[in-house]
Order: sequence, then structure tokens, then C-alpha cells
Amino acid sequence: MRRTKTPAAIGLLAALGLLLFLLPLAGLIIRAPWNQALGELADPTTTTALGLSIFCSLTATGIALVLGIPLAMILARTRGTLRNVLRALTTLPMVLPPVVGGVALLLAFGRRGLVGSLLDQAFGIQIPFTTAAAVMAETFVAMPFLVIAVEAGMRSVDHRYEEAARSLGAGYWRVFTRVTLPLLRPAIFSGAVLCWARALGEFGATITFAGNFPGRTQTVPIAVYLALETKPEAAITLSLILLVVSLAILVGMRDRWLGAL
Amino acid sequence: MVKGIVALSASLTLLACGGGNPCGDGCHQQFNITVFAAASLQPPFDTIAARLRALGTTASFNYAGTQALTAQLTQGAQADVFASADTAHMQTLEDAGLVAGTPQVFAHNKLEIAVAKGNPKGIHGLADLARAGLVVVLADPSVPAGKYAQQALQKAGVTVHPASLELQVTGVLSKVALGEADAGIVYVSDIVTSGKVDGVGIPDDQNVIADYPIASLKSAHQGARIFVNFVLSTDGQAILKAAGFEGV
Repeated sequence: MRRTKTPAAIGLLAALGLLLFLLPLAGLIIRAPWNQALGELADPTTTTALGLSIFCSLTATGIALVLGIPLAMILARTRGTLRNVLRALTTLPMVLPPVVGGVALLLAFGRRGLVGSLLDQAFGIQIPFTTAAAVMAETFVAMPFLVIAVEAGMRSVDHRYEEAARSLGAGYWRVFTRVTLPLLRPAIFSGAVLCWARALGEFGATITFAGNFPGRTQTVPIAVYLALETKPEAAITLSLILLVVSLAILVGMRDRWLGAL
Repeated sequence: MVKGIVALSASLTLLACGGGNPCGDGCHQQFNITVFAAASLQPPFDTIAARLRALGTTASFNYAGTQALTAQLTQGAQADVFASADTAHMQTLEDAGLVAGTPQVFAHNKLEIAVAKGNPKGIHGLADLARAGLVVVLADPSVPAGKYAQQALQKAGVTVHPASLELQVTGVLSKVALGEADAGIVYVSDIVTSGKVDGVGIPDDQNVIADYPIASLKSAHQGARIFVNFVLSTDGQAILKAAGFEGV
């Protein structure tokens, strides 16, 4: 079959779209103080923030996988109004300004929050200003990306495989781990990558709910914001490092998990 | 992060779109100006803007930590007026050749300890902030309020282990107001205008006086002058005093 020629207008708009991404990137790369980059990498502020960012974003993705896959399964199996309501609730963090998300988290899990006040009174546990708070903020903001991807995957999966396995005597968990999850693998991985990327860049909800303290809640985006004025070179270098790390992980993931698709 | 930078430049473009309206004979001179102002100035500046609007000058504000505003301006953000919470950042802009004329100090502010209404933790001075189990929040030392807080604590010889170093002074205030922090060091003006927290005074020998300079920027048009003059006028000074600042 002959391929239809793409109109020039489409190409032009695509190029403009690409430029919107590439020009700021070019700005970062051109203005980067390359001779200082290595020194910045050795700066404890940088390494601490980078380590914390990687830890928090991966933990958030892990939690999102454990909680998000079941949520996506329920969403995929409900119909009608209930589904619309559940879906709207799940995607709310995607449209909510992250700072508002952070305030909402404080009102729920803060010392005076709905659940937070009980935790404080019963166990003396205070969540705000801890690394756990940073992880929760990232999970809150990023999990919807995973849920949406897995739900779409669930809907396109051919459920006859699961029925066949069940008819052959496999129990629920056996079907789930041996048939459902493998069928969902592409959706889970693309969802997890999106979720992780969103968690890594998280700023607003984190600063509001977890605050800023080096080594505890100061992730790279917050460190960049702070460095922007006092040490602009450090801010640019830090941005580049985050960029390179994310790119490496995205490319690595693609080859490892999605390349064969 | 790239997304954030794109969003930032988009919003800066929007902010920069205010320009003066050319006006023929017989009508009031209309101005649209953009003011970059330290976060702590929001309450009095909003009042000043309301008064100026009646006189035909519309001011749009970008309120943020002084350090963030300075970074935006040195990176090319367009604004007509800059009001800083310290002289150091104004100096940075002067060194960058962005300031028109000489900046003028238009207000002073002092530090105070913000605590929950009724002061349930019984905090009476800076020394109490070192108490174990107390959740204390400060502004980051790169923010003027944080730098001043650090100086005040040094003068008092107190070592505090803050739970968080907020990116602007309003972050400190909101964390105390929401009950997440037991105490924070903010400006007197923040406490006066917030109404949601109580203030515990800091004696003068430990306190730090913050000077607020204001200046028109190089790219500014006439409207900037109107704003700066009003801030320095008797009316402007009265509004600042009502908001807890000390006049000049």
C-alpha cells in the first residue's frame, strides 16, 4: 500500500511543536558552565538533592504500582456514572495545581489534618516536613499517569486469555500473575515511566506539604529553584544533571522493556 | 523541569504585555505598569494599587521571594518597578545595569516570631525556639527573611533545627497559620496583615531591621514614576504603616 503524503502544514506545526521543547533545552546546554559541571557534581548539596530525588521518585513509582494497578483494574471494570465519578476523582491530581494538591495533603495528613491529627494523637507520628511527605506528595501528583495508562491497557486486553486460563482450573491469583499482568506489561511500563518522570520533576506539592530541608525534603527541582539566584551556574548544571539522568533512564527503560514491542 | 521553565517564560511574557496607552487631548493619562515586589509587600501594595486604579494607573504585580524576582529580572523579565525586601538584591540589579536612577528606601520591617493564636506552646523569645520537640520553620538563608532570621538567631546566640527552610516568607507564615509549625520567624508586617497568627516580639538588640528599596527599571515608562511617588507619598506611607511596616 502506498503511503499518503503528509501535508506541509502538519510538518510545519510539528516542527514548531518540537522547537518549543528544543529551544529551552538548547538554552540550558549553551549556557551551561561546562568547566564547572564536574565541580558541581561533587558538591554535597547537588549529590544529596540528586540522591533524594531519585530515591523519592522511585519509591513514589513503587507505591503507585502497588496501589495504582488495582485501582486501574477496578476502574476498567466499572460502568456508567460510578466509573465517571471514580475516573474524575483519580485524574483530579493531574489538573489540580500542585501547590493546591500540597495544601490538600496538609489538610488531610498534616498535624491538624483529618487523618494526620489522629496519627499524631495515637502514635505521635507527624508526616509533614519528612521524606515520607515528599514521597507522598510525589505519589499524589504522579499516580494518575500510571492509573490512566493501565486502565487503557486493561480495556484493550483480550479477556478470553484470562477466561481460558480460568476454564483450565487456574485460581484468581494464578490468572492475575501469570496471564493478566504479563498481558498488561506494556501498559504498566509506559505508565510507570510517565509516573516516575512526573514524580522526579515534582515541585509544588512537595514544597507545600514537605517543605525544604537539605537531605530530608530538598529534591532537585527545589534545589534548582533556590540556586537560580544565588548560584545560577549551579542551577543550570543541576537542571542538566536531572535532564541527563532522566534521559538515560527513559532511553534505558525503552530499550529494556519496550524495545521488543 | 523543562515544562516549568516554559511555563515561567510564558507567564513572564504575559506580565510584560502591559504597556502605556497613548492618550489624546482631554482625557486622563492611562498607564499599565508591572511591579515586581517582595512577597511580604502584597497587602499594602494591593491597597496602593486599588487607590492608583481610581487615578488611571493600573498596576499588575508579580509577588515572590526577592531572590526569585531578582533572578527573573536578570534573566530578562520585563517590569517597570522593582520593590525589594533587602538592599543586597537591589544592588545586584544595579550592578546588572537594570535600574534607572537611584533606588530609594521606602519602608522598614522588623522580625517577629509567628506562633499559633493564643501562643499555646508558650514561646516568649528566640531562645525558646531551640526547645526540643518544637517544629520551627524559617525562610531559606538565600531569601532576605531567612538571612535576617539567621542574623537575629546569631545575635541571640540560639541554634535552631528548622523543620523546613521555606522559599519565601509567606511559606513560613502559612505553615504556622495551618498549625503545621509551632513557630516561625517572619516580618512584623506579615503578622499584622495575616490575622491568623499571633506575634511574639524580638527585642531590638537581637532584631534586624530590613530596609525595603524601590526603583524604576531601565525599560520602565512614565507610569513607573507615578507608582514609586505614591509609595513615597504621605498616603502611601500611611498604607504601609497600617500594614505593619515602619515608614521612612
